Amino acid sequence: MHADYARGVYAACIVLAMSISHTLLGLLQAGPRHGYDLKRAFDAHFGQDRPLHYGQVYSTMSRLLKNGLVEVEGREPGGGPERKRYAITDAGVTDLDDWLGRPEKPEPYLQSVLYAKVVISLLTGRDASALLDTQRAEHLRLMRELTRRKIGGDLADQLVCDHALFHLEADLRWLELTTARLDRLASEIHT
Amino acid sequence: MNEEPGADAPALLAATELHKSYGATPALAGADFAIRAGEVVAVMGPSGSGKSTLLHCLAGIVPPDSGSVRYQGRELSSLPDAERSALRRADFGFVFQFGQLVPELTCVENVALPLRLTGIARRAAEARAAEWLERLEVADVRHHRPGQISGGQGQRVAVARALVNNPRVLFADEPTGALDSLNGERVMQLLVAAARDTGAAVVLVTHESRVAAYSDREVVVRDGRARDMAGVA
Repeated sequence: MHADYARGVYAACIVLAMSISHTLLGLLQAGPRHGYDLKRAFDAHFGQDRPLHYGQVYSTMSRLLKNGLVEVEGREPGGGPERKRYAITDAGVTDLDDWLGRPEKPEPYLQSVLYAKVVISLLTGRDASALLDTQRAEHLRLMRELTRRKIGGDLADQLVCDHALFHLEADLRWLELTTARLDRLASEIHT
Repeated sequence: MNEEPGADAPALLAATELHKSYGATPALAGADFAIRAGEVVAVMGPSGSGKSTLLHCLAGIVPPDSGSVRYQGRELSSLPDAERSALRRADFGFVFQFGQLVPELTCVENVALPLRLTGIARRAAEARAAEWLERLEVADVRHHRPGQISGGQGQRVAVARALVNNPRVLFADEPTGALDSLNGERVMQLLVAAARDTGAAVVLVTHESRVAAYSDREVVVRDGRARDMAGVA
């Protein structure tokens, strides 16, 4: 796992996990905007690691238009293609309310993959302890990267990094617990 | 990952094949360890794994039953007690989880204490102590006694005291163990920044991965043996 992964995946995981369409809807509720302004607002709040592509903005707006969640409030002809000014509709506000009020599904995905790896290692006579140590080192490497970034970052950076750090910490606790219970697990799966 | 500081430099402090038992209970069973100048190394491991015993042996507080601890190439166990104590005062700094400040002294007097013990006059010692309290962002409690300040402030004062005599090695045993997340983070940031500025090596015993993430590399102690994780993965 290298630095690009750290920056591109974990620190941005909150942004990637969230719905871009709902986020753009939320930005529109503050007032009508052009696609370019929407992209700038999105990048300022959420796109430190992965700025939004213009194509994503326009394809999302197109979908929201089709679903009646936004409307075109005005058009401005220019040198290039005409600029549309988007506004959120009442249905869009309701949709945004639903999204904000709905809890996210907790995703204990990593433990599941690692658990499978541990069990397969034990079943096939491989060194499960080494596998867990390798993963542990990888987790801490990423935690160091995020900690460095947090120290040099602004509050938004700190909060995004903290989110990732707390999740990695939870994984690490699981890795340590599993390492301590490997002998027992091995005897159970072999019976 | 950043290049480790002084990757080619010789070890400032190194232990080889350390064994230590308390009665019939083995705490260290052949532990090796090395740290270079300016390096921050986390010593991790479950409770009772031997990580605090390793720190105590490295710092010359507890003699190992067998094995070697060398500081700047000199075997610690070969030094006379007085010389080892003098070395600890001059070259080593210590931060523990809690209960380390003298309750009868003010914060500035606590921080000045290591300097006073080396013979520096009170005014000069307290002036330097005040600078360190400022650096650790606790200048406002300089005239308070430990019982009058928060746990987070107390740990910052303890860090200031540990670093005031510019030690070559800072030993920190669970320095944030009694603090909440926010205070623990700030203490770690200030501790590591101050150590980097002064060039001190830090032996950081912790069971918290978020604290270990401030280190350059980690060593995991399990069943009395230490494994350097730098080469793993």
